[in-house]
Amino acid sequence: MLLKRLIVCLDVRNKKVTKGVRFRDNIDLGDPVEMAKNYSLSGADELVFYDITASAENRPIDLEMVRRAAENIFIPFTVGGGIRSVEDMRAALLAGADKVSLNSLAVRRPEVLAEGARAFGRQCVVLGMDVRKNPDFPSQYQVVTCGGRHPENLDALEWARQAVELGAGEICLNAIDTDGVCAGYEMTITRLIAQNVSVPVIASGGAGEVSHLADVLTTGKASAALVASMVHTNRFTCAEIKVQLAACGIPVRMA
Amino acid sequence: MIAILDYGAGNLTSVQLALSHLGADAFLAADATSAANADRIVFPGVGSAASGMAGVKARHFDRLLADAFEAGKPVLCVCLGMQMLLDSSEEDGFVASLGVIPGVVRKFSFADPEVKVPHMGWNTVEHDAKHPLWRGIPSGTAFYFVHSYFADASNASDVVGSTEYAGKQFASVLAKRNFFATQFHPERSGVFGMKLLKNFLDWEVSSCC
Repeated sequence: MLLKRLIVCLDVRNKKVTKGVRFRDNIDLGDPVEMAKNYSLSGADELVFYDITASAENRPIDLEMVRRAAENIFIPFTVGGGIRSVEDMRAALLAGADKVSLNSLAVRRPEVLAEGARAFGRQCVVLGMDVRKNPDFPSQYQVVTCGGRHPENLDALEWARQAVELGAGEICLNAIDTDGVCAGYEMTITRLIAQNVSVPVIASGGAGEVSHLADVLTTGKASAALVASMVHTNRFTCAEIKVQLAACGIPVRMA
Repeated sequence: MIAILDYGAGNLTSVQLALSHLGADAFLAADATSAANADRIVFPGVGSAASGMAGVKARHFDRLLADAFEAGKPVLCVCLGMQMLLDSSEEDGFVASLGVIPGVVRKFSFADPEVKVPHMGWNTVEHDAKHPLWRGIPSGTAFYFVHSYFADASNASDVVGSTEYAGKQFASVLAKRNFFATQFHPERSGVFGMKLLKNFLDWEVSSCC
């Protein structure tokens, strides 16, 4: 039976993992590769590294970190931030990443999803999308870019469908209103998108309790749940989350 | 020395890093000549059947693998590398493949629109037969999969592991003499994936089977 995935997200700034609330007030937590290694051994199924300042500083993703991660981590990992072209994707994949997450770039230039899928296969192409509630849009959610700073005239569900058509092999759906707040995932939009696209949806933004993960993996129809604060603050280990999910009847991998 | 066959399809970094992490001397072989003297062969793969087979033939890896089969040299095939062992694939229309293991590669097809294809993520593998590469790995262990096509092997005796996805059982591990083939990616499958790779490095193929 296909298992539900627990994904740990590491936002990296100045070579350190950082964590903010609603994309602000970040604090530094530690070395990304060391942290990632520990998470992979304690039961994380997958990891995501976001180089969160690469875009703003107009520099490519930190390939040395990607390489170091690949030498030390033997579970799948995605990288994002600072990807400007198919050539940048290629460099990240050759450095050892399994998937590349495209966010603002894909909104600005949707063809990059198709180009990436053609060059590397759609399994390597993750659409990262940040959404915010806005009743003016058909799905009630609007796409925002540039780390939450830039609202787009783009409906969340419409964009998800279009991106999958173009070549996205997976969608990491991050709800900005709930990010870092630890009060639960944004269930409505997660379920709506998961039911209407043919690729897996990773729920992101808002996990604080294991019940939040359990809800989004069942009612929310997500294939995977992404966590950051929950494990970075040592409130939970990945193993503890897995044990509790299993107790809720959710099929997960025990490390 | 371990030759990782580089036939131009997909990214081989993670396979090489995983083998190196285990202390193996693993190198990327760009043609059959450079792979000929290796003690063991890894036939990896991400990509499509047509471009994969074209790359394999252009580099004469078809001959190399046939020779390795005859010589009893241990060969580990992963994902597309596994699928290319069968007679043919339905991907890209019809692609004649290596024919080491009888069977056909078919596309996943589900009536339920909520079932995602590709089959992506961790799934469990049940052992159908004993094998030296299963040492220390319990039946039911989860491994990491990413694929839209699956191996429909003709002979049950070639199937040593199977997996269920959305109600469909498929052969996730095939083995024949000195060949061992996994649909999942051991190099991305954490501790048990690494254990399987270690078992491959330690595998002494006996003449009896």
